[in-house]
Amino acid sequence: MGRYVARRLLQMIPVFLGTTLLIFLMVYSLPGDPVAALFGDKAADPTTVAKIRHDLGLDHSIWRQYWDYMSGIVLHFDFGNQIASGRPVTDILSSAFPVTLRLAGLAFVFEVVVGIGLGIMAGMRAGRLADNAILIFTLLIISVPVFVIGNILIGTFGVNAVSLDENTSELIVPAMVLGSLSLAYVVRLTRTSMAENLRADYMRTAIAKGLPRRRVVGVHLMRNSLIPVVTFLGTDLGALMGGAVVTESIFNIHGVGGTIYESIVRREGTTLVGLVTILVLVYLVMALLVDLLYAVLDPRIRYA
Amino acid sequence: MPDMTKTAPEAEAIEDALAPPAVKAEKARSLWGDAWADLRRNPYFVVSSVLILVLLVIAAFPGWFTSASPTTGDLVHHYLGKPELSKVGSAEWLGYDVQGRSVYARLIHGTRASIIVGISVTLLVTVIGGLIGMIAGYFGGWIDALLSGFITNVFFGIPFLLGSMVVLQSFTSRSVWVVSLALAFLGWTQIARVMRGAVLTIKQADYVHAAKALGASTSRILFRHILPNAMAPVIVVATISLGVFISAEATLSYLGLGLSSPAISWGVDISGGIAQIRTAQHIMLYPSIMLSITVLAFIMLGEAVRNALDPKMR
Repeated sequence: MGRYVARRLLQMIPVFLGTTLLIFLMVYSLPGDPVAALFGDKAADPTTVAKIRHDLGLDHSIWRQYWDYMSGIVLHFDFGNQIASGRPVTDILSSAFPVTLRLAGLAFVFEVVVGIGLGIMAGMRAGRLADNAILIFTLLIISVPVFVIGNILIGTFGVNAVSLDENTSELIVPAMVLGSLSLAYVVRLTRTSMAENLRADYMRTAIAKGLPRRRVVGVHLMRNSLIPVVTFLGTDLGALMGGAVVTESIFNIHGVGGTIYESIVRREGTTLVGLVTILVLVYLVMALLVDLLYAVLDPRIRYA
Repeated sequence: MPDMTKTAPEAEAIEDALAPPAVKAEKARSLWGDAWADLRRNPYFVVSSVLILVLLVIAAFPGWFTSASPTTGDLVHHYLGKPELSKVGSAEWLGYDVQGRSVYARLIHGTRASIIVGISVTLLVTVIGGLIGMIAGYFGGWIDALLSGFITNVFFGIPFLLGSMVVLQSFTSRSVWVVSLALAFLGWTQIARVMRGAVLTIKQADYVHAAKALGASTSRILFRHILPNAMAPVIVVATISLGVFISAEATLSYLGLGLSSPAISWGVDISGGIAQIRTAQHIMLYPSIMLSITVLAFIMLGEAVRNALDPKMR
């Protein structure tokens, strides 16, 4: 197990470097000059511009900038400064991250509780009315884009945009919107996996042994059926944070997603790269944790 | 689709043609023949194909459905006026937007953008992802480590919508083609993974070893033996993603980073209607419904095809 984790961690390094380089190159290709933007409509003095560019390290080649940036992160946990405000990106992160974490956490709880609940209901009654109704419901959720669901909630039920202090109670509706798509996938995954395992030999054995129904379903069926669901949920936590870009801009929440959206629109390269780097890290770590969890849940899987 | 059925050995096809119909019905059908028989009986498949057919006709010939212009607005038609739902198909049917343009006409003319983006992104990702997945799966070793272990994982690591937003931000005018390229840039990873998985299984098959032993060239093995047999899961994923890409285009347009205003698109219209959401819901409601129906149709089609191709689902 230890060797497996070490190998996986080593494999993560090139992927992490590649992903950050890719996002760095994508951001670098954005036209528009954040330094010129500092001067607004006034014509900038070229020597001042050159000095600012030099101070920010923007006069180096892209590869040198990438190298400086990455070594800053690794050596000093320094993600650079926001160009417009001069605020360190880590500072922005520490104010934006808790909001998104709460939002994604609520969305996660919502999709776990409602998703697995509905999935079990459908799976136990596969082919019957409740099953079909739940399937059609999930199909609808998957088809209606998140921004449409969000705006319909705002428009028809008078849900307001979130206030500046972002109370947890205000985040409940945005969290439901954020989690809705994954909820549909969780329902379907649980349902398919339950329906498949209901026919398994070990289920017949358990029933034949005369075990009470609660134990057959609760222990034998659930433990086996939820393995693919847990895998999905793990990788989804990272996806929820990425998906927060849309939800946070609908409800005007100033979390990681909202800040990323703003920094794309304002062409704030350093902020953008810093935040995306964090998201990539979260995603990679979650993917590793899921694989390890997989071995814990399913004794047939052993990592050498 | 008919191209795929050619994968059955040719002798069998000739036999099929010669055999009398009664015998043919009893004969074991190919995977595709079997799937087709299954699909025809599936109500989800019938409904979604009819919907998609209608959408394709609307996209190709918007003039058949409305004579009203989607771009010229007349402020005589105030947006607060309620839609006249009894006048089906007229310019005032679904009401007018803030510029006094017919919502219905824009709905009809906006279909093309969504359909073009959906189809072209899907074609692009199928070609890119399919090639990368096939090469990685077939050759294995360091090629697999580079293409699948590194490049695919790197592109997969960047959140899809977020990455597309960054790419699109660098373009000042964004046509359907620019949006399609941006979506395809990060959207190919899933197909690559599915294709690689399929190829890994198929390359162990006896007929591949036989072809190799007979001295078939690598490209012949890849395109004549492996590709046709690895297509089934790829087609399923591609059909479902078509709906997802249409939804992504609308989301990007809604965020102001997709198609920009002179273009007619449901996403642009929904985003334009948001400001009036409390006074004139029809401006955003109808494009939203149209968008959702389109996405639904493609996802339903994809799932019907998957159920037909995967015997386990029956």
